[in-house]
Amino acid sequence: MLRHSIKALALALGLFAAAPAHAAGGEIAIPDRKFSFDGIFGTYDRASAQRGFQVYKEVCAACHGMRLVAYRNLSELGLTQAQVEAIAAQFQITDGPNDEGQMFERPGRPSDRFRRPFPNEAAAAAANNGKAPPDLSVIAKARAGGADYLFALLTGYEDPPPGFVLADGAHYNRFYPGHAIAMGAPLNPDQVEFADGTSATVEQMAHDVSTFMQWAAEPELEQRRALGVKIIIFLTILAGLTYAVKRKVWADVKH
Amino acid sequence: MSIGLHNSEFKNPVVRWVDQRLPVFTMMQKEYGTFPTPRNFNYFWNFGALAMVTLMIMIATGIFLSMHYAAHTGLAFDSVERIMRDVNFGWLIRYIHMNGASMFFIVVYIHIFRGMYYGSYKAPRELLWMLGVVIFLLMMATAFMGYVLPWGQMSFWGATVITNLFSAFPVVGSHIVELLWGGMSVDNPTLNRFFSLHYLLPFVIFGVVFLHVAALHITGSNNPLGIEPKGPQDTLPFHPYYTAKDSVGLVVYFIVFAVLVFFAPNYLGHPDNYIPANPLVTPPHIVPEWYFLPYYAILRAVPDKLGGVLLMFGSILIWFVLPWLDRSPVRSMRFRPLARVFFLLWTACFLVLLWVGAKPAEGTYVLIARIATAYYFAYFLVVLPLLARLERPLPLPESISRPVLGGGPLPMGAAAKPMEKA
Amino acid sequence: MADNGHAATDGAPRRDFLMLVTGAFTAVGVGAIAWPFIASLQPAKDTLALASTDVDLAPITEGQAVTVMWRGRPVFVRNRTAKEIEEARAVPTNSLPDPATDQSRVQKDQWLVLVGICTHLGCVPTGQRATDARGEYGGWFCPCHGSHYDTSGRIRKGPAPRNLDVPEYAFTSDTKIRIG
Repeated sequence: MLRHSIKALALALGLFAAAPAHAAGGEIAIPDRKFSFDGIFGTYDRASAQRGFQVYKEVCAACHGMRLVAYRNLSELGLTQAQVEAIAAQFQITDGPNDEGQMFERPGRPSDRFRRPFPNEAAAAAANNGKAPPDLSVIAKARAGGADYLFALLTGYEDPPPGFVLADGAHYNRFYPGHAIAMGAPLNPDQVEFADGTSATVEQMAHDVSTFMQWAAEPELEQRRALGVKIIIFLTILAGLTYAVKRKVWADVKH
Repeated sequence: MSIGLHNSEFKNPVVRWVDQRLPVFTMMQKEYGTFPTPRNFNYFWNFGALAMVTLMIMIATGIFLSMHYAAHTGLAFDSVERIMRDVNFGWLIRYIHMNGASMFFIVVYIHIFRGMYYGSYKAPRELLWMLGVVIFLLMMATAFMGYVLPWGQMSFWGATVITNLFSAFPVVGSHIVELLWGGMSVDNPTLNRFFSLHYLLPFVIFGVVFLHVAALHITGSNNPLGIEPKGPQDTLPFHPYYTAKDSVGLVVYFIVFAVLVFFAPNYLGHPDNYIPANPLVTPPHIVPEWYFLPYYAILRAVPDKLGGVLLMFGSILIWFVLPWLDRSPVRSMRFRPLARVFFLLWTACFLVLLWVGAKPAEGTYVLIARIATAYYFAYFLVVLPLLARLERPLPLPESISRPVLGGGPLPMGAAAKPMEKA
Repeated sequence: MADNGHAATDGAPRRDFLMLVTGAFTAVGVGAIAWPFIASLQPAKDTLALASTDVDLAPITEGQAVTVMWRGRPVFVRNRTAKEIEEARAVPTNSLPDPATDQSRVQKDQWLVLVGICTHLGCVPTGQRATDARGEYGGWFCPCHGSHYDTSGRIRKGPAPRNLDVPEYAFTSDTKIRIG
């Protein structure tokens, strides 16, 4: 009996092993970056994610929207309600129409989603050489390699190797598929000033903003893993019990 | 059957009252209580029950997801992400549903593998097998349309590519495609109808599963030896023996399922499906979900468009006639030394096709896909018919209880004992 | 599917500790699984976050009323005339079906803010526009089943059991309120 179940398991594992092969795609190896949320018990480093939000707000947000994330979500990163309200109020949100049928601007509220830098996709493309900068809400889920890839991309700008022909307006990046990326190196040393005194190196900012992006893409990650551990412990005990019951039931059958 | 109240054996007055008028309890008792089941099942026989449970999980989670989902091209992607972010436990329900599709296919593939290995498709179970193939086809259609609903890049381009398969048919092809789309391209009407059908088909599957189980309960189950039970000494009542055994498999299955849902929910998915659908940009490397990869590999292995489509559909439709391609009177491959080797090779080919389906269609990959495709069909069309004539099967045991009891003389008392509890 | 709890009913000798524990575990598991499904039907986080609505009172002249949307429901804001306030305060509260003083229902005498949902069965009463029927007490009248509300939004006659609800609101400036 056991022999067969092992066989079944092996078959299932074979299917699993075959599946992620398609994730490889670009053929550029993405180095593994150590993040606080790695592994089964990993959680988000709140301080890092908060700094990452600051990097997003002061650097990325000029071109990239995060339309699925609301200001209220920032409280999950450890910001107080007052801080969230203050951040939201910094942004002018288009609302309406009002009683006169006009759209109007008002200060943001916690329930608002992040303000988008461009009113629509076409405007975003028009302002960026014809290619709209992608929305970053779920970017960590939308790129093979996730946060590792984001970090690699943000720190992967360098001079093109000799002989590499770079189109006008393109930039060379070691980790971008095809290496020619429309976005210029977005991070420069000391571009932002972190309130907690952390030195704003490119690597630090890239790490923090990657953490923030991972959180934005998977805000449920911590709850999911915590629940998963409990459920798997529960099921393991239940498996032992059911197996014992099965043994008992089958005790009088010779085989 | 005489007209009047059913003669119920239940003692509980409420149960008895209902049972006399509608003998559902008697039926359940007969079909799932005392139902005589071969005593020698191995754990491969769990997978039918696992598939049934998975279908129910998919329907339950699907119903709750549909309460939050918006089937509109402008809203679908964001509504799914809203489920993930704002709906209470929405992430859990969606990840169960999303990974449940993969689990469903794993379970059903093993179920099919078991049916092929132990010859469960042979007389008198041909129709039972064919109903199973119908379920599998319905599952594939349902899974495909479900994958379109989040309206990511893979949803959109998967829908475009798969519906375009029908354009391969001469004359009517383009009309069929237009009919499927409800427009000139995959767009809002397509999304709407796919949502409607994705909600409907699981209930159709449920109906065919009912027929599948009904047919099973006419012929009785096959078993690892592939010989029919000769009497009560060869069977056990379904309950408690197989309810207990299925429960073990079920809980172990849930553990595997939970590992996927809680710790690797996007492992089997494709990152591009988190990019909203864009009809202007095709992703550089589009692949279907993993469970379609073998057929996708067959499609791409053929250089001709129509030929590829026909072979792809044929690769599953051929299962319908499997009972008549394999005329060997011996069911279980335990007693078919040659067929066993050829079948395991076929299984390997299936896995190779699954692997190569995810690779770019170029160079050696095409060659590998072609060899595997050729053997995939040769197994059914050449190997099995020939083996039925040429193979010399091993001697079959006299009955199920004899090898189970170690081949010695049959102690009647010991074998009959479990039946007293039935 | 296979429920171990049932095995216990199969025969007395089997009704032992192991079966009980397994049955209990299964029951707990099934119960726990039901919870996320029920919770998913509760208002989602974004729905709960859409809590407040700002209203500018400056353009509302005396005697005029406006209707604003708050959490998907109409809210009545009325700039009451001196006569209306006086009428509302002249009534002895103990004669009312749902006793409440007018003072307890307003923050500034002139501004009455109410959830515009009849407390009977949820219709929207008329009375916001000058041409609307305002019922026998000059406030609002619910056309569905004939409930009459006075100029303080209190039920005076008809089937409604309670006064019109006063939502939580605050003056953010002299001429602005935030509801919720």
